[in-house]
Amino acid sequence: MTYLVEMDGIEKRFPGVHALKSVSFDLKPGEVHALMGENGAGKSTLIKIMAGIYRNDGGEMRVDGNPVAPASPREAQNLGIGVIHQELALMNDLTAAQNIFIGREPRNRLGLLDERKLNADAAAIFKMMNLDLDPRAQVGSLTIAKQQMVEIAKALSFRSRALIMDEPTAALNDAEVAELFEIIRGLKADGVGIIYISHKMDELKRISDRVTVMRDGEYVGTVDANATPINQIIAMMVGREVTEEPVVPPDLSAAEVALEVEGLSRAGEIFDVSFSVKKGEILGFAGLMGAGRTEVSRAVFGADPKDGGTIKVHGKLVNIKTPTDAVRAGIGYLSEDRKHFGLATPMNVRDNVVMATLSQYVTSLGILKDAEMRKVARGYIDQLGIRTPSEMQEVRLLSGGNQQKVVIAKWLLRDCDILIFDEPTRGIDIGAKSEIYKLLETLAAEGKTIIVISSELPEIMRLSHRIAVMCEGRLTGILPGGAGTTQEDIMRLATDRAPAMQPMGEHA
Amino acid sequence: MSLATDQKPAAPATSTVGGAVAYQRLLAFASLVALLIGFSFASSNFMQTSNMMAILQSASVNGVLAVAATLVIITGGIDLSVGTLMTFCAVIAGVILTKMGLPLMVGVIGAIGAGALCGLCSGTFVTKMNIPPFIATLGMMLMLKGLSLIISGTRPIYFNDTPGFDQISRGSIIGDIIPALPVPNGVLILFLVAAAASFVLSRTVLGRYIFALGSNEEAVRLSGVNTDRWKMAIYALAGAICGIAGILIASRLNSAQPALGQGYELEAIAAVVIGGTSLAGGRGTILGTLIGALIMAVLTNGLRVMAVAQEWQTVVTGAIIILAVYADMIRQKK
Repeated sequence: MTYLVEMDGIEKRFPGVHALKSVSFDLKPGEVHALMGENGAGKSTLIKIMAGIYRNDGGEMRVDGNPVAPASPREAQNLGIGVIHQELALMNDLTAAQNIFIGREPRNRLGLLDERKLNADAAAIFKMMNLDLDPRAQVGSLTIAKQQMVEIAKALSFRSRALIMDEPTAALNDAEVAELFEIIRGLKADGVGIIYISHKMDELKRISDRVTVMRDGEYVGTVDANATPINQIIAMMVGREVTEEPVVPPDLSAAEVALEVEGLSRAGEIFDVSFSVKKGEILGFAGLMGAGRTEVSRAVFGADPKDGGTIKVHGKLVNIKTPTDAVRAGIGYLSEDRKHFGLATPMNVRDNVVMATLSQYVTSLGILKDAEMRKVARGYIDQLGIRTPSEMQEVRLLSGGNQQKVVIAKWLLRDCDILIFDEPTRGIDIGAKSEIYKLLETLAAEGKTIIVISSELPEIMRLSHRIAVMCEGRLTGILPGGAGTTQEDIMRLATDRAPAMQPMGEHA
Repeated sequence: MSLATDQKPAAPATSTVGGAVAYQRLLAFASLVALLIGFSFASSNFMQTSNMMAILQSASVNGVLAVAATLVIITGGIDLSVGTLMTFCAVIAGVILTKMGLPLMVGVIGAIGAGALCGLCSGTFVTKMNIPPFIATLGMMLMLKGLSLIISGTRPIYFNDTPGFDQISRGSIIGDIIPALPVPNGVLILFLVAAAASFVLSRTVLGRYIFALGSNEEAVRLSGVNTDRWKMAIYALAGAICGIAGILIASRLNSAQPALGQGYELEAIAAVVIGGTSLAGGRGTILGTLIGALIMAVLTNGLRVMAVAQEWQTVVTGAIIILAVYADMIRQKK
């Protein structure tokens, strides 16, 4: 069997980092080969060498058995290697066809753009992919899933035989994932080899044929996807077995209700959502992508306006219109997107920890008390186990897990006793995840009220004392936490569409 | 125990962004020194005390405006109105002092107050009306230009009846004490304004929020901080500093020239950029801006001393701006 792409003993060094240590990888035509590893394991470096973005310092890369060394993405494309990046590189204001052939637009005899041929060529690729999409559709108006299809079409238009997909399902809902997998199966049948990078374990089983695991820049091993238990793959990734035991919800019958939301709504997004959380409780919010969980939490926090509904904190009605109001009421919100909504990453740990409390650290003359702020930040570094060389370290240089802890510290310092975590472990390594879980449990045990929004069912089941499930902007049910509730119970509520909405689904 | 862990690693990593600013400032400072040395070889008149003082004096107005621009630019915004606001404040001072005949101090405070008020307007447009800073301050720039002409009746207002007004910029308190160092008051005021702004940036809540807003405004808002209020305060402070510049230029010319002002905003922004402040926001220093303003003044003066035509002076200034930012880009890529 000849290999499409082979990477043999690849070495890569960056200043101060040995990023790849003799890594090997190969891809056969017509297979999906998953590449797994924690953040920083070296997956993207390896991919970038294949794609011509980086040059390797040692080892050999072969395509169809011939040694190659692509010096640019263009050369890699010419070798038949295409990349679908996690962050899509599309021009939103252009049409699908214009995006696919950008820089290679067909011209007519007068040298003008041949829009008709452009659209016909794009339509031909869509047809090959078995994809129902108008080449003239403006890309910005398409769903993320469809945009991804456009990216795939673009890669195929280069006659790519090897496709690298970097976390293609990160922003897709379940139906869209199924659609993507259908396309991938079609490509496989046509002999295209696919390198598939994902953090979602369940997808491995569904789509991949072989799995290669990397850790700390080293090749750990390649196993058969179907024959290998997921626990073993995780163990290969983290270097040890990770076991999760179901949560045992504490008895909170005597506890005070800390937050009570009633009839929360916003036109088109949130429909009459009511729930309450007790002091010391962890309430999980489950649902598919786009079910309205983030919208609910942002409305409760005052980050987005609401059309109706009341919020009571510790039994008292509060009028929350802005985040400032929410914070005053003791509610803190930890966004899934820490870099954009949680942290000022170019600033240091100290400045981020005191961000919500800055006015408490000034002298009567209005001068900042830097020494005191440093002391407070150091206190939280010890208390939460934030791994940083000092409180003056810039936050962008910390790992995802430690960044999350900095945000937690910010809210703890602000005396927020109701904390809303939106995807608390997104972008965080498996090893660091359990540390965040333990931290959340400790916070709850200390009497904080915790709301956790998560798209990962295992995470919801691992943490939640009760599980609220949403579907299309409605709260479809609240389930007890612990071993009594199965993933199927949650999924049933998460797909419990309102009857009035169903005909709309049929329409397309 | 925590002390022990604090000390060992990552000193280099800690300093990267701060280091970028420091590097650009060093580069700017080195360019300034190189220019000074180069021009002193090219012309023996260049290094004379009187010429040095002329350079400093000419840097003072642009320097003060650049300080105002720096504060707004670090928040990730831009203020195109600093030049015409300066003129507007000068005209207000003229109205108070010459037309109304009120005491000197009232004119000064009135001009600075008018500046703060106009800054507050820009800030309100940007925050409450959600207009991008570029547009909001562009509109403000034109409105103020027109208002200056209307209020003054399109004619300059002279301060001949206000004794001591021209001394605000041209006098020299330092020179009175140390005759060998005839530093004009205008320069002294520039350094005082710069020192105060630098202090605000590094040691006050407002300063911390200026950087935080430029780094990630949404994160600051979601921290429960009333970002609108702080932003308005920043634009108002920048406006007040423009008021000081208005007094300076009026004092230097002993008149409020209503047609002046447009073009100053670009020179101010150029000084900010040469000084290493990022137009994307989040990083920058007043010291850098000060050096940037000095580089521009030295360049203009030196080329004039060398008898280079005015047209070419403008070309060289433009080239310097591009070179300065390019040097910063190269460094950031590394």
